[in-house]
Formats: sequence, structure tokens, C-alpha cells
Amino acid sequence: MELGLGIFAQVLTENHVFWIIDNNIILIHNAQMSETILENREEIKTVSTTLSISDRVGGFLVRWAFMRNNYKVEPGIYKVGVPNEQSSVFVTANYKLTFDFLRAALHGFSAWILVLDTKGVNVWCAAGKGTFGTKELVSKIETTKLSEIVAHRQLILPQLSATGIAAHEVQKNTGFKVLYGPVSTSDIPAFIKNNFAVSASMRIVKFTLWDRLVLVPIELVHAFLPILLIAGILILIAGIHPTGYSLALAESLQILFGVFMAYLAGALFTPLLLPWVPYRSFSMKGFVVGLVVAIVYVSSYKLSIFNALVWTLLITSVSSFLAMNFTGSSTYTSLSGVKKEMKVAIPLQLVAFILGLIIFIVSSWI
Amino acid sequence: MQYLKNVVTLTLDSEKCVGCGMCVQVCPHQVFALSEKKAQIINKDSCMECGACATNCAFSAIDVQSGVGCSAGIINGILKGTGPSCDCSGGSCC
Repeated sequence: MELGLGIFAQVLTENHVFWIIDNNIILIHNAQMSETILENREEIKTVSTTLSISDRVGGFLVRWAFMRNNYKVEPGIYKVGVPNEQSSVFVTANYKLTFDFLRAALHGFSAWILVLDTKGVNVWCAAGKGTFGTKELVSKIETTKLSEIVAHRQLILPQLSATGIAAHEVQKNTGFKVLYGPVSTSDIPAFIKNNFAVSASMRIVKFTLWDRLVLVPIELVHAFLPILLIAGILILIAGIHPTGYSLALAESLQILFGVFMAYLAGALFTPLLLPWVPYRSFSMKGFVVGLVVAIVYVSSYKLSIFNALVWTLLITSVSSFLAMNFTGSSTYTSLSGVKKEMKVAIPLQLVAFILGLIIFIVSSWI
Repeated sequence: MQYLKNVVTLTLDSEKCVGCGMCVQVCPHQVFALSEKKAQIINKDSCMECGACATNCAFSAIDVQSGVGCSAGIINGILKGTGPSCDCSGGSCC
């Protein structure tokens, strides 16, 4: 019996269908098994491609570090729309913000989403740490029985996961071919309509004003307590006199304001103005912005030369240090480069800060 | 935006390269280009040492000391006596 397409015979038994091709039995199709696969496929949870108000509020709060350690979705397989065995599989991290971006981008499409366990960390950072890695992907392909859910053998991964994924290893271990999709989920609709072709611009990671703005809150939150501590110590020192503790409110506010300006210079102004501030190293950028802020501060309070020196040293060192920390959020700094700038910057920041502190103590106690 | 010049540890062994173009695909900063069926480093200073190219080179033609370009991570690593680590699981950074 010739069935065409190279299939020459179909042998039916009670539960099994054997396809005999070129005298080799190459496919054993178990009727019972295929029913369970179908049921399993139906049991897979469907997620909406429209974000709710609570998704949006959660996304905003997590940028400010609220519940950031536990903003996760359950790893596993999900559906958007009504996917079938030919539908594409998109792989992502289990940071809920990332998952939400992906499902919103898939609005109007039917697809499978395979969520890896990245401990609630985004794709790029998780790939850098290896949690969004070859091992985890291979294991999720196996535990979700993906090869029974879809008939094809292709996975679409975010390009930035390539740091942790070795595409050739995945294919060797599972038979699934990795296709690296766009860097940004916002390009996914165009990518799908483009017949899964990635244009050159979809491959580049950008660092726009908006990208930097959404990362600023975390910088502000992380630096907040140390900054408060510095302000507290300065206020304490300024009020200590041989006769006891006394400090005018105006003076405390002036100190608080000075430290707060250093904080904004390093953690807000420098990140936002990044491409326009001179120098390539972040610590120098932070120093420059800190110097401008210090000049404004010193002249607005008409400080004495002594105090002007104190505040220039304190503001520039704090701003430089905080700006240097933004290398971790940036999308283009290399480990070798950061190490190089730190070797020079940290000693200078420390010397400037300690010198500023000493002069501050001396000037307060004289 | 470009970071410091002449610091990157990226190297490419043209002898091993078969010109599959995987590095061109995965690089987020267009460091590589294909020319005459071989990959070439055309923009070394743009490299951020993420390591995606080396990880995805099936022919081990690329070498780079990859890691997180993050000062807090480096300080973290020094304090803990490990390599540079963001320790994101603690929610500290990215």
C-alpha cells in the first residue's frame, strides 16, 4: 500500500499504529499515548496577552524594589491564544515583569511560552549568572515533555539569553534548534510578521533615556540608607561641641541638603545625562556632575573657602561612587573596563571623602 | 555610547572559524561582521564581554574573559572572596 510522502504502509493493531517506511518501522504511534498528550496539552494554563491593572502596578512597584525578590511566575509551559502542535515556542525567564512583557507582545498570536526557573531574575542577568542556561533549558524541555506538545523542533529564545545558552549544545541534547529572536520583546510582533527574521536593528541593545529612567529608582533605593547614614553622621559631628551637643536646624538642613544633592548627582543626574556628560568612565562622569552640583551648592549657600572645599570633596566623591555603581545597570560596560576604572577611582573617592570628612570635623570643632 | 578603549579581552581565532555567523547574531553590540566566509572583529571597543559569542561558538574560535561589568558586583566579589557576582538572588541589583 503506497500512501505517498515516503510512507508505504500503515499497520494497525489494537492500540498502536506502526508506520512502515522503506521497510523500516520508524514511527510507532501509540493511540492511547496520543490521547494523554492531547489531554495534557489541554490542561496547560492559558495566560492573557492583556496586562491587568495589578500587573501594571506590580511592574511599577518592582522597579522601586518592592517585592522584587519574589516577583515570580511558576516555571513551566503556558499558552497564549489557541496554540497547536505547529505553534512557536517562546522561552523566557520567570521574573514576572519579563513574562508580562512577553505575553503582552504576543497579543493576537497563538504560541507556547516555556518559562525557565531563573529565580525571579530577568533574562540577561540570569543568563550572565547561568540560571538562564543550557542545563536549565534542557531540563525544562524534558520535564514539560515539550517534544510531545509540539511537532516541530524549534525554540525562540531572547537574544540576550545567548550569554547563558549554548545553542549547539541544546540541539545536541534535545533535538531542539535554538532561534535567537529580538533583544526587545517590543520587536516580537514585527519579528513574527517578518517570518521570524530578525533585522539588524532588533539585534542591538540600546540604552535610551527611557531605559535609564526606569533603572534609576533601584539606584535611588539602594543608595538611600547609606546616604541617610552619611547625613546622620555629619549632622552628629557638626553638633558636637566641648560644651555638649547643639546644632541649629538650618545647619542640619544644609548638611542634609548637601548629602542629598550628592545622592541625586550620582544616582539620578549622571544616569539620565549619561551620553552627554564628558569622559567614558562612569566615575569620571559622576565626578563631573558632582562638581557642577557642588559649585551650585557652594555658591547658593555662599560657603567659606573652608566649607566650600569640604562640600566639593564630599559631593564629588559620593557622586562619583554612585555613578560608578550604575555600570551594573548599563548595557555596554565590560568587566575589564569596570575593573580598570575602579582601580583608579576607588582610592581617589576614598581619599577625597576621608579628606572632606577630616576638614569637616576640624572646621566644626574649631 | 562607548566605554573605555583598549581594555577588552576578546580574541578570535580565524583558523577555527567556519563563518557560521552565530557570533554576529548573538552579539548585542555589533562587534562582529562576516567577510569572505569568516567572522571578523570590527568593533572591539564596543564589546562588553558578555560572552554570548564564545558560548555559542560551536568551534571554540572565540575567547573572552566574560563577567558582569558591574562595580557593585566586583566589590561584592572582593568582600566575599569570590569572583565578581551581582548576587541578584539577594535582590541587590539586576
